[in-house]
Amino acid sequence: MTEAIKKVVGPRVPAGEFRARRARYVLPSLLLGAAAVLLAGSFFLPYWKMTLHAPQYPKGLHVQAYLNRLEGDVGEIDGLNHYIGMRKLDEAAQLERQTSAMLVVVLVLLVLGAIFIHSPWAALLSAPALLFPAGFLLDLQLWLARFGTNLDPHAALSSSIKPFVPPVLGEDVIGQFRTVAEPGAGLLVATAASFIVLTALWFHRRAYKPLFDRFRRRSAPTILGVRPPQQVQHA
Amino acid sequence: MSAWNRAMTAMLAAAGLLLAGCDREPEFEEEEGAPAPKATQAPPAGPAGSVADRIARERSLTPDDVVAALKTYMPSGRLDEYVLFASGGHSGQVFAIGVPSMRLLRTIAVFTPEPWQGYGYGTGENILKDGDVPGVAIRWADTHHPGLSETNGEYDGQFLFIGDKANSRVAVIDLRDFETKQIVKNPVAINDHGGCFVTPNTEYVVEGGQYGHPLGWAYAPIEEYQKQYRGLVTFWKFDRSKGRIDVSQSFCIELPPYWQDLFDSGKLESDGWVFGNSINTELATGGVEKGQRPFEAGVSQRDNDYLHIFNWKKAEEVFKAGKVEKIKGFPVIALKTAIDEQILFFAPEPKSPHGVDVAPKGDFIVVAGKLDPHVSIYSIARIKKAIADKNWTPDPYGVPVLNYDAVKEAQVELGLGPLHTQFDDKGYAYTSLFLDSAVARWTLGGPYQSLHSDPAWTLVKKLAVHYNVGHISTAEGDSASPDGKYLISLNKWSIDRFLHPGPLYPQNLQLIDISQGGDKMQMLYDMPIGSGEPHYGQIIKADKLKPWSVYPEIGWDPHKQAVDATAPKAGQEKIVRDGKTVTVYMTASRSHFTPEHVQVRQGDHVVWRITSIERTEDATHGFSLPGYNVNLSLEPGETVTFEFDAVNDGVYTWYCSEFCSALHLEMMGYFLVEPSKAAAAEPAAGADSSGAK
Repeated sequence: MTEAIKKVVGPRVPAGEFRARRARYVLPSLLLGAAAVLLAGSFFLPYWKMTLHAPQYPKGLHVQAYLNRLEGDVGEIDGLNHYIGMRKLDEAAQLERQTSAMLVVVLVLLVLGAIFIHSPWAALLSAPALLFPAGFLLDLQLWLARFGTNLDPHAALSSSIKPFVPPVLGEDVIGQFRTVAEPGAGLLVATAASFIVLTALWFHRRAYKPLFDRFRRRSAPTILGVRPPQQVQHA
Repeated sequence: MSAWNRAMTAMLAAAGLLLAGCDREPEFEEEEGAPAPKATQAPPAGPAGSVADRIARERSLTPDDVVAALKTYMPSGRLDEYVLFASGGHSGQVFAIGVPSMRLLRTIAVFTPEPWQGYGYGTGENILKDGDVPGVAIRWADTHHPGLSETNGEYDGQFLFIGDKANSRVAVIDLRDFETKQIVKNPVAINDHGGCFVTPNTEYVVEGGQYGHPLGWAYAPIEEYQKQYRGLVTFWKFDRSKGRIDVSQSFCIELPPYWQDLFDSGKLESDGWVFGNSINTELATGGVEKGQRPFEAGVSQRDNDYLHIFNWKKAEEVFKAGKVEKIKGFPVIALKTAIDEQILFFAPEPKSPHGVDVAPKGDFIVVAGKLDPHVSIYSIARIKKAIADKNWTPDPYGVPVLNYDAVKEAQVELGLGPLHTQFDDKGYAYTSLFLDSAVARWTLGGPYQSLHSDPAWTLVKKLAVHYNVGHISTAEGDSASPDGKYLISLNKWSIDRFLHPGPLYPQNLQLIDISQGGDKMQMLYDMPIGSGEPHYGQIIKADKLKPWSVYPEIGWDPHKQAVDATAPKAGQEKIVRDGKTVTVYMTASRSHFTPEHVQVRQGDHVVWRITSIERTEDATHGFSLPGYNVNLSLEPGETVTFEFDAVNDGVYTWYCSEFCSALHLEMMGYFLVEPSKAAAAEPAAGADSSGAK
């Protein structure tokens, strides 16, 4: 193993140390594992849902966005949207939906990989999973803005419905519809995974920083056979 | 106190005042804002109570009126507990009416073309044609008795049958989409009356005959009435899986020409038996113009007519054994066979009775006297014993007439003109009294005695109805477990009940509360029917009905109740010419048809297919093509095919005839029919049957 890889992977925990303080080293691994499981599971749950309320739809119209597909009254909503010149919902975020399964697998593997990385690199590996929920919402907001502001000017209702940007979460009013956008269970689970990753990283740092610092000192390069002076340790 | 609390208190006080007023009229009539009766401990009436009070006074409403209003009023969005399926009489339709609100929910087109549903204007023509007689299109009916399909003697909410008295036909309505699926014309009978009454598991739909006539629509002089004319009962086999009557497994039984009248099927204790009655054992043939007794007198000479008792399970065996004659190709069990095989028995009944109705447990059969003030009650146990004992004497046609004293259970005097009987859950029977214009409540004895506290076989109450009541209907009142609660009186005359629209008055369906026992029955509501004469109705619990809100899949053919794989599909719309036949594959969705231009040549045969690709509840489109007598109802998912010859040239503007959307008016298209001269001028014209693609 080259020095560079050793530095990324970080030190292993001495057997005696591990036996002495098992909880300290097991906890971050368990938390990262749990986060990975939650993130993987979230794929099978809707990330986002919008309900459209209007007088002639007393039960409301519902659309649920999974990472890889849309479900619900998509046909009806598309049918209504054609009056205002909006593109079909299925045309949105096609790349994201096609690659979402692979992306989640990668994120999960990275988080699982972080379990075996006992260096600050663990944080870097976990970062994509940490930021994933926020990234999802940002991407969705961009798509909503793109769809809401690119209406066909020749559509039937173009004179009464002007371009608009629906908020990714919260309420809006478009024509006779009041829309309510809410996070889905999947997004909530992924967000929980984010927080668990954050917690795990804190415990991870607590467990491995002393080991890593020691490891770095030992493997620090020598200058003409002489080690550089060690930093002063404050109590 | 918060505003909310104040409002609630006021409402409670108002309710208390109204309810208390119901029993104690003087208090109700006290001044505005008067305290509610002390017994209720209600606080002083608030503003709402004053308003209700004032309205009641201004509109001269009695406390009973207010209670009736409270019992029937449905706030917007509230749904009814029951549905009444009422025959539409001469309209040839069936009405579905919510109970207790008495709101008309649907007019189901059955025997008569009805443009809103497209029935007879592009769809349903084949169903209607099956009800024709050779050379004559019959486009009306006198619908009489609706019969809901049953399982173990209970309504199951799957199918509805309705008989046409005038032309002896039976129709099948599928209650998944409330549409008519089949009409069968009786090939042996020219008219009927006793249809439709189903057997307890809808094995058969029983259609009893009416006026004696030569079977098979044949000719015979009236002087040969006794020899050549006959009565009839028909057993239509129902195939539940197909949702159709299976004509090939149906049969008739030949009867003496006694003018069979109403029928009912036995259940539970009387399962396997069917009952009918008759009104002309006199064999009167009329001829008032020849100095003979008119029918109305001639038919009423004898003291007795005959209750007809059929062992239909035996009849089915005989039919399956092939012991039948064929009339017009239809199997008929001859009268002699019916006698020899012990399928048919008679029992004397007071002369010219009307309804015959089987009690909920199947144990008693109630015959209403019509010209006799009694209902006569027979016991199936006694009937079975009399048959076993051969306690009978034959009539002139050889049919065993059971000894009346051996089979009768009781007689109850009710009043003038008893016609039809229904039942409730408390051991009461209800009989309409035509001449008295009243509904009689009376008690059943035997096993029903424990359900009520009145003496058995006794008249308890007569409630006036307005006017000339025919049938009555109680909630599930002819099933094995009646619900009670409501009775609807189907009155022929309304006289002063409504603003009258000229000399043809509406019928009056009156809703009556029968939920309390003893002499408590309350008139609640009058519903005018200005379309046909509702004859009989059945009231089913609404939650037994499971109708579709949209057709299950896009491309659904309601006549097959399945997806038509060849139906036009979204994105595959096209117009295909094959010789002189042009086939249009069209879809409809808000707010356009695709395609929007259809061009043919005069003389072309046009096959026009349209699929509604809607999936949204209530998003129905119409399709109306002027000049060609076409109007369709395209319910979400439905596919329709209609055909016609483009006989006239010109430009025809079709449009969606259901107001479907804000762009409904824009939902149209052009049907362009080139004149045939222009077509002839072109070398590649449609005259070449192989040239077109």
